[in-house]
Amino acid sequence: MKYMLLIYQNPATWRDLPEPDRQAIMSEAGALMAELTGTGEWVGGEALADPSTTRTVRVRDGVPAVTDGPFAEAKEQMVGYCIVDCETQERAVEIAARWPDARLWGMEVRPLLSPDGVEM
Amino acid sequence: MTAGDGLEGLLRELAPQVLAALVRRYGHFDLAEDAVQEALIAAAEQWPDQGLPERPRGWLVTVASRRLTDQLRSEGSRRRREEAAAAAEPGQPASAAPADEPARDQDDTLTLLFLCCHSELSPPSQLALTLRAVAGLTTAEIARAFLVPEATMAQRISRAKQRIAAAGASFAPPPSGEWAERLAVVLHVLYLMFNEGYAATSGPDASRPELTAEAIRLTRAVHASLPQDAEVTGLLALMLLTEARHPARTTADGSLVPLAEQDRSLWRPDLIEEGTGLITGALARGPLGPYQLQAAIAAVHAEARHGDDTDWRQILALYDLLERIAPSPVVTLNRAVAVAMTRGPQAGLDVLATLQSDDRMARQHRLAGLRGHLHELAGQREAAVADYRLAAQRATSLPERRYLESRAARLAGPG
Repeated sequence: MKYMLLIYQNPATWRDLPEPDRQAIMSEAGALMAELTGTGEWVGGEALADPSTTRTVRVRDGVPAVTDGPFAEAKEQMVGYCIVDCETQERAVEIAARWPDARLWGMEVRPLLSPDGVEM
Repeated sequence: MTAGDGLEGLLRELAPQVLAALVRRYGHFDLAEDAVQEALIAAAEQWPDQGLPERPRGWLVTVASRRLTDQLRSEGSRRRREEAAAAAEPGQPASAAPADEPARDQDDTLTLLFLCCHSELSPPSQLALTLRAVAGLTTAEIARAFLVPEATMAQRISRAKQRIAAAGASFAPPPSGEWAERLAVVLHVLYLMFNEGYAATSGPDASRPELTAEAIRLTRAVHASLPQDAEVTGLLALMLLTEARHPARTTADGSLVPLAEQDRSLWRPDLIEEGTGLITGALARGPLGPYQLQAAIAAVHAEARHGDDTDWRQILALYDLLERIAPSPVVTLNRAVAVAMTRGPQAGLDVLATLQSDDRMARQHRLAGLRGHLHELAGQREAAVADYRLAAQRATSLPERRYLESRAARLAGPG
């Protein structure tokens, strides 16, 4: 079963962290990715650019309206995701709990909808 | 295409034999496995143009040996290893074939399976390594089969090989004290491989390699090595009897057809006959095990010309046994269907109620889906619709969600 782990951060808090702390967080995440590759659970992941670069697209009556933002009021924003393939949701939650961002901000665990299935 | 398929089949069959020959001669399972992959790729490129070599296996062993010794030499820093490898380089690889070669090849395949299903590895890694080293699939094919990027799969496989090398595993069958336990792991990996392939519904992903076919092929090889093992026979029978339903289990658009509504004329009689024969023999020999019981249940289903003719009493008796020797919430769930079909839907619902306290099971869509089905059979329409809708919400498979949604919609009726 594949799960997407959505990584949330407060960009302001991140910015204010001392450089060695930021380095430590990134290498902690890097080590975790390497470990998950070893267990065969790592599928992939990406980091997102700063939320201020977001553009929102809505098409109404066939006309696309593109706006900057949202510059959400929410203090925590999604800054990246990873996808893991593991046996149970409990295991996916366990992985999320080890992500450094979970300690400082928060993580969301969402199962992916699989294209496969078996008859009932 | 048939020529290509034939070549692919031949290469997959030879892959474990060539790997076994190399590992036996040089050790270095991890490097040897890479060398065999390169030789297979070279063969796939050259043979269609230049024709099949006289001794395909010997050709592959020679090419792979050359790659391996080149690599061992180029790593040059350890002189001793280099010398050992060079000294062991064969003049006439695989030429002195003993008369009992087919039997040895089967045993080699089994020994490789033991190695790839090493207890140091997690099941996904065991599965990936088995597909590459024993089934002879390319990393790209394995990645596609599991819907993960190729780079991810390449890393998974190389880590698995490093781990085996670090564990100091040798190319030999496990000691007799560990034999049963290690064989159980091999069978579980083959079972996972089959299920992974069986869940792959047709449609946009039709190009995914046939994991079910590979699982059956490898299980056949294990069965050929251990024809007297009742659980090996049981697993092969289970796969054949399940695969027999394949043509009936989805419609042209990829929608799932439940067992009770499948067009049984589409089931494959050849596989049913073979599977039924195998399981009948295994049950007579014993000792009894979970794969045999599951195969026996599949055989009872296969026997019924129509869903209504199913011998549910016999199926229930088999589930009772299965629950006794290998209890699990999934077995209880399936047993509930047999209980409902013999003693009525309410009795089935009572069995399901015992699962409600199992936290993990309670959140699964299958429990709610089956409860919906039993409520439907009991004529409790509203409860059935509510259960189907809940199940659809919880489903993490697109075809299963669609099936449950359509079930709910059909019962709820217009307005």
